[in-house]
Formats: sequence, C-alpha cells, structure tokens
Amino acid sequence: MNEEVTTFGPARGNVMERKPLIANSRSAKWITAHTVGLIEGKPLRIWWILLTISSALALFLPLELTYLVSTGVGIWGSNNTVAWAWDITNFVWWVGIAHAGTAISAIFFLTRQKWTNAINRIAEAMTIFAIGCAGVFPAFHVGRVWMVWFLNPAPYYNDIWQNFKSPLFWDVFAVTAYLTVSALFWYYGMIPDLASVRDKVSGKVRKIAYGIAALGWRGSGRHWFYYEKGYVLLAGICSALVFSVCGIVSMDFATSVIPGWHTTIFPMYFGVGAVYGGFAMLFILIIPTRHFFKLHDLITEKHIDNMCKVTIIMSLCIGYIYLMEYFTAYYSGNPYEWWLVFFNRSTPSGAPYWWCFWIMVSFNAIVPQILWFKAVRRNTLFLFFLMFIPSIGMWYERFVIIVTGIQRDYLPSSWHYFVPTINDVLLYIGTIGFFFTAFLLFLRFLPIFNMVEVKNTLPEANPHHDANHEAKGGSHE
Amino acid sequence: MSKLYGIGAQFDSAASLLAAAEKVREAGYRRWDTHSPFPVHGIEQSLGMQRSFVSAIGLLGGIGGFIGILALILYTSKINYPLVVQGKPYFSLAATFPIMFEVTIIASAFITVGGVFLFCLLPRLYHPVFNWDKFARATDDAFFVVIDAGDPLFDEALTAKFLSELGGKNVELIEE
Repeated sequence: MNEEVTTFGPARGNVMERKPLIANSRSAKWITAHTVGLIEGKPLRIWWILLTISSALALFLPLELTYLVSTGVGIWGSNNTVAWAWDITNFVWWVGIAHAGTAISAIFFLTRQKWTNAINRIAEAMTIFAIGCAGVFPAFHVGRVWMVWFLNPAPYYNDIWQNFKSPLFWDVFAVTAYLTVSALFWYYGMIPDLASVRDKVSGKVRKIAYGIAALGWRGSGRHWFYYEKGYVLLAGICSALVFSVCGIVSMDFATSVIPGWHTTIFPMYFGVGAVYGGFAMLFILIIPTRHFFKLHDLITEKHIDNMCKVTIIMSLCIGYIYLMEYFTAYYSGNPYEWWLVFFNRSTPSGAPYWWCFWIMVSFNAIVPQILWFKAVRRNTLFLFFLMFIPSIGMWYERFVIIVTGIQRDYLPSSWHYFVPTINDVLLYIGTIGFFFTAFLLFLRFLPIFNMVEVKNTLPEANPHHDANHEAKGGSHE
Repeated sequence: MSKLYGIGAQFDSAASLLAAAEKVREAGYRRWDTHSPFPVHGIEQSLGMQRSFVSAIGLLGGIGGFIGILALILYTSKINYPLVVQGKPYFSLAATFPIMFEVTIIASAFITVGGVFLFCLLPRLYHPVFNWDKFARATDDAFFVVIDAGDPLFDEALTAKFLSELGGKNVELIEE
C-alpha cells in the first residue's frame, strides 16, 4: 500500500523492485529548502547568460509588432491566396505546446500518475507562456489591432453584435478560456507553495510580496479539505477544457469547405499533435533545468523515461493519423480531396512544399521511434537535442496543413506560392524569446515544484497503513 | 498582544498528527484546527468536516455560465439585432455550442475557486497563529494542533497538559 504512493506505478507484490519517486530518500525539509533555495540563492551564471540571450530575442516581439501595426499586415509573406501562413502556423504551434502542460497537470493528475507531481508546475508554466505567445498572432492578424476589443460582446454605437456562429469567434473564447482557466489552475495549485516560500524567504519586501500572493495560507486542516476538493474539480474542468481548445482551433479549418481542411479527424489530430509537440518542448525545458539546478533527486531518470514513453505513444498516434488522413482521402472518393492530400502535398512534381510534408512525417512519426531504445531514453544530453526534431516537426505539421491546404485552390490562375518575409521570421523569434524569458523568470521567482504534491508522495506523508485507506479511494478523495 | 488566542503543539509526522487529532476530537474540543504542509487524509473526520459543497458550487457556476451565455447569444442574435449572415439561421445550438461550452468552463472554474476561498475565509493575510515563532514550519515539514482559547473546554493548564500527553512538542501559548 505504502509502495503505491511512493514509487512509479502500482505495486504488485514484490515481483519487481520499483524505483522511488524521490531519489536518495529526501525529506520534506530538503524539498522545501531546495525549492526555496532556487529563489533565495544567487542566480547561476548560466541563468544570466540564457536570460540575456532570450530577452534580447524577445525584443523582436515589440519591435516587429510596432512595425506591423504602423505599416500593415503586408509586411508578412501572407498573400491573397495564402491568407493564413506563418502567423496561424505559429499560433497553432504555440497553442499545441501549451496542451502538454494541461495534460500533465490535469489529466495525469486525475489518472493518479503520481510521477507527474514533480514536473507539473514546470509544465503548467510552459502552458501559460505558450498560450501568451499564441495569442499574439491571431490578435495582430486581425489587421487593425486597436479594434480587437470589438471581440467583446459589449453593445457598440451601431448595435451590431458578434457572430457567435463563426468558428473564428469560437477561437477567441477557446483561447481566452484556456489562458484564464489554466492561469487560475496554476495559481491555485501554487498558493500553499507560495506560503512555503513566504515562511522561508528572507528580506522584508520578498516576505510581503510572497505573503500577499499566498493569501494568508496556513495549511489548516479545514482549508485542505476544501482546497483539495477544489483542486480535483479544477483538474476535471481543465481536462475537459484542454481537448475542447485544440478541438475548436482545429474547427477553424474543419468547418471550412477547403479540401484537406474539411476533415472530421482534425480535432483528434490537433489534440494528439498538441500533446506530442508539448512534450517535446517540455524535454527542452526540463533537461537543462534539471541539469543546471541539480534537480536529479526530484526529476529522476525514471521521470525522463516515462516522458519518453508518452512521447512514443503520441508519435505512434500521429503516425496513425497521417496514414488515416491518406486513407480517408482515398476512401472518400472525392477527387479534390485525394488530389490535395496526396498529389498537392507530398509529391515533388505536384507540390512546391512537398519537402515540408516529408519533414513532417519523418520528424514526427519516424525519428521518435528511436526512443524505443533504453540507452536513448537514459542519455539526457542526446534527448535534449533529439527533442528539437519533434518540435520542428510539429511546426511543419501546422505549416503543411495551413499553407499547402490553401496555396492551390480550384482555379490555377489563383495559385500562389508562399514565401515568408524576414518579419514573419523575426516575429516568430520574438515569441520564442518571450517564451524563454518568461520561463527563466519563472524559474527564478516562483516555486518550480509542486511541493505539496511532491511531499505527499513521501512515505511519511501517508498516515494510513491499512486496507481501509484503499477502500476510501486513494489520497485525493 | 496580551490576549490569548490558544495553545499550539507540534507533531513530527502525519501519522502522529492524525492520532492526536482523533484524541482531541474524542476529548470533546470543538474550536481547534490542525496545520500541515500537505493534506493529511482522514483528519477531516476528526475536524468534524461534513460533505463539502465545493462541487455543488462548481456545478452551479457551470450551469449559471451556460445559461448566461445562452441568454446573451439568444438576446443578441435573435432579439436585439437579428442579422442574416451567410443565409444561416439566427440561432443554432450546434454552431454556438463551442462558445457555450467554453463559457461554462470559465464560469465553473472561477466560481469553484471563489467558493473554496469563501469556505476557507481566505484571503486573510493576518492570523494569530502567525505570531507563533514555531509556526513557519507548518508550510515546511512540521504538523501542528492549535486549540482555540474560545473553546468551552479550554483551560490554559489542562489543555497544555493534554497536548503534551498526546505527544505534542513545543506546547506553547499563542497570543492574539
């Protein structure tokens, strides 16, 4: 019984020795001291270096947006035929990255995957910053961004209301809901940990700041009772939310009548791809964090191993969906669908962007199969570089769906090739810089572990050693 | 600073806190609380917690959000300014459902959290237990039982003795 809480996976007798969730039998005191130490201690030199680089890149964001607003959307490579290009590709890519965080913190929480306790705060931070980056693109793609407030259902001078039937308007609600609810979930989960920081940190200003953020949390037994109920409910709400968001984003495409977009598989397609791309990004964030901050006791080799396994599953799902898209196009008997999905996407003679398609297939469905080898899953340095491949592959997937879907329609006279401009690229780099700057600041100023959940997996945290506990349904009842 | 808030005792483990909480309950105390760095399951029975209404509040929030956005959509697109867009009906449940779903989620999430704060009476930045110098470890690795001076059974000497007998360390008076 005790083993179920403290090790990876359920205990099945003593058939196999199971690895502990927290290595080197660290205590609750050590967990607090270590997590608060990251806030209290002197920042590492590598942190300063990375922060300098990423914040310098982040400067492209305000610069490019200023140029965009003052000049117009014409500075992008988008044209009449390819009206959605890099911007929407980046939007869908960032939204997708966000999904892994919610999948970890909500879905894996509800399915009692206790190993995710150590990484859920980092994953949720990734979610929030990624949604922030995603939101930039559609907000500015509307062209006249100063009128973006028209998206609010408030009565205007001319009394015309929003079209609630428009999939693009669904998007507004989906992304807004996702950003606000996941930020709420993140903060809600952080309140007890902020109280830990408040009680440990030195310096009056910091004590007051963390004290206000912790809302006077004092770990009362009564509070825990309500708090945990609320946490489970929020996890349930977020689980429902996460698949609705990628579903709704995919419906921007699926509800259109464009071949290659008008597909019922899209909500699933986007959802699986989102979690997959998000996991790849999570590796890129977690491996250096773990290495430089020396977090090997809390994020053990087995955590990385489990993340790799999730990635393999997602990669297989992606591969299946690619095949299914082909099959559906063939089986539908619709010549336009087949022409687009096969000829216009993947053959060098028919498609100018055929190589993007093959990058997408090989990076997403084939390369990650190397994770089947244990030696690969153990080599974190190799994994760090390897995980750029799915991240790039997922970007190409969004690009293939969007750009190859519309660059050639029914009239050859309106065919148009898409070439990104330097502004497309720099704005994208700007969001990447913003993302990593925000993440580095998070590492410095907020508790990066869900200390409550991690401490809960300690053997001494479980006061019950009898079957009675199991009958009550585990530790989140 | 002279007014007495209560008596606190420190325990070393979740198991000893749970055992002590059961004893405090059996002794008949009513106005007392436990403090722990993480939830200790089973303690809610000792604290006399009944079924919580957090889930009911979350459900009500969701229903409220759903009805609210349904009313907004119906009013704006059917009553206040009916407008034919692309020859489609003024109102269609299927075409507006994604928005209703998202607003249901937002309302439910925020009202759930609001409900939890309401039940917990948080935020409350000041609380007498913070005056106790040992208490900083309540969010780290120590477990506390605090018995309120307002409890009918409270007696400065007897309650302190009782807490020591339960295995509590650092049994100290906490001032308001």
